[in-house]
Amino acid sequence: MKSNWPRYVVPVVVFAAALLLWEWRVHALGISPLILATPSDIWTALIAHWDVLQPALLFTLKITAEAFVLASVAGVALAVLFSQSRIVEYALYPFAVVLQVTPVVAIAPLLLIWIGYDNVNEVLVVLAWIIAFFTVLSNALTGLKSADHNLIDLLKLYGASRWQILWRVQLPSALPFILTGMKISGGLALIGAVTAEFVAGSGNDLGLGWVITLSTRNLDTAQAFAALALLSILGIAILFALTVVEWALLHRWHESAVKREG
Amino acid sequence: MAPPLLSLSGISKRFDNGTQAIARLDLDVAEGEFLSLVGPSGCGKSTALRIVAGLLTPDAGTVTFPGERPELGFVFQEPTLMPWATALGNVRLPLDLKGVRKAEAEARAARALARVGLAGFEKSYPRELSGGMKMRVSIARAMAAEPKLLLMDEPFAALDELTRQALNDDLLSLWAEDRLTVIFVTHSVYESTYLSSRVVVMRPRPGRVAADLTLTPPAVRDESYRLTPQFTAEAARVSAALKEAMA
Repeated sequence: MKSNWPRYVVPVVVFAAALLLWEWRVHALGISPLILATPSDIWTALIAHWDVLQPALLFTLKITAEAFVLASVAGVALAVLFSQSRIVEYALYPFAVVLQVTPVVAIAPLLLIWIGYDNVNEVLVVLAWIIAFFTVLSNALTGLKSADHNLIDLLKLYGASRWQILWRVQLPSALPFILTGMKISGGLALIGAVTAEFVAGSGNDLGLGWVITLSTRNLDTAQAFAALALLSILGIAILFALTVVEWALLHRWHESAVKREG
Repeated sequence: MAPPLLSLSGISKRFDNGTQAIARLDLDVAEGEFLSLVGPSGCGKSTALRIVAGLLTPDAGTVTFPGERPELGFVFQEPTLMPWATALGNVRLPLDLKGVRKAEAEARAARALARVGLAGFEKSYPRELSGGMKMRVSIARAMAAEPKLLLMDEPFAALDELTRQALNDDLLSLWAEDRLTVIFVTHSVYESTYLSSRVVVMRPRPGRVAADLTLTPPAVRDESYRLTPQFTAEAARVSAALKEAMA
């Protein structure tokens, strides 16, 4: 069996080397900590400000998770609806596109007025959802439309209902597409949650987006980097979790997830 | 004379892109026949098969079943399996759709797999099977619903010669054991000659019947039949009719 260790060891070694180089160059060039914190400063800030960073992390995770779940459910549900009715697709798809292409920065003030300044958390979820949902919709719709037409004909031959065709052929065919959409959407939900905080604030709670905003205002660059590091770790964790789900659902049958010899 | 199992009368079909696939096709199919539809690409063989299956609606003409509409099975050129389901799951599909209880459906699907030589492969996924094995699963799926009329659209076209010949023999066994009626679309003169009791040759587009040949192959045949003067003579008849249709 071929050894798989380089796949895991090489990136760790490269990452560690990059951190060391970063630490050394900042010291060697005498760069001010106000401009660029060293990895050791960031680690110290992470420990020292954990009482602020930990609830901020949980808050951002909560907004991200809610937006992601809503994006996945709405994306797949709308895609199913569109796949069942051309008329509904023609009628509603343009709205989805408009929502996708309109910058959330421009929508945020309106949402704050409509949903209310007392409900900033809901505004954040809606903004993150707007950023995250289109990719699920688009991928799911492509997947539902890519189902093998001969297979669908076969089901019709055996008298299958629309629901049976959807459940037995179209949704399983679309699953790899939906999961790809969800993997992208997970990252977008996080980006959306942070961007939403930048443009709409974070109400009574404090998310990582606001921590970064406040830290940079206070010239606490190390804390801003610590919050940024937590965002990166959160993003990687989301991607990893969704990759595991994808593997679990596809590894027996789909080419993208099948492990090959050689 | 017994009424035919199936009658096509004046069938015409033009597609949305303007292609006239079939024009005034008349064809009666008797119960128990193994009928091959032979003709050049684009002559409407597959279209005719889909019209018989009810998957396409003709622009003109009628498809009638003088008796009760028989249970249909359909085998496509590609195996057309669900890659996310095991071989057993694929074969169970028509039974599940007909509401057969799970235990009975599994038993019948397993029997159908065994009949095509795939006992022991019930839990295999399509990607783990060879091209020939996938096609066997496809045939088992069609057979699981116990059809009376089996429609096959160039099912062995993509297979190597030896696999194709083996599947030809398996198909003949299934046809004889289950007293099936088969309509088999193929490009191959030799395959149609080996399998069929009747070969219908179609003209190039728009498709219609150019020749209707009755063959008299031995009831039980194997590889050695392909080497007999009778096979050569029958194949020559089919080939001549095909050349004339294309002229």
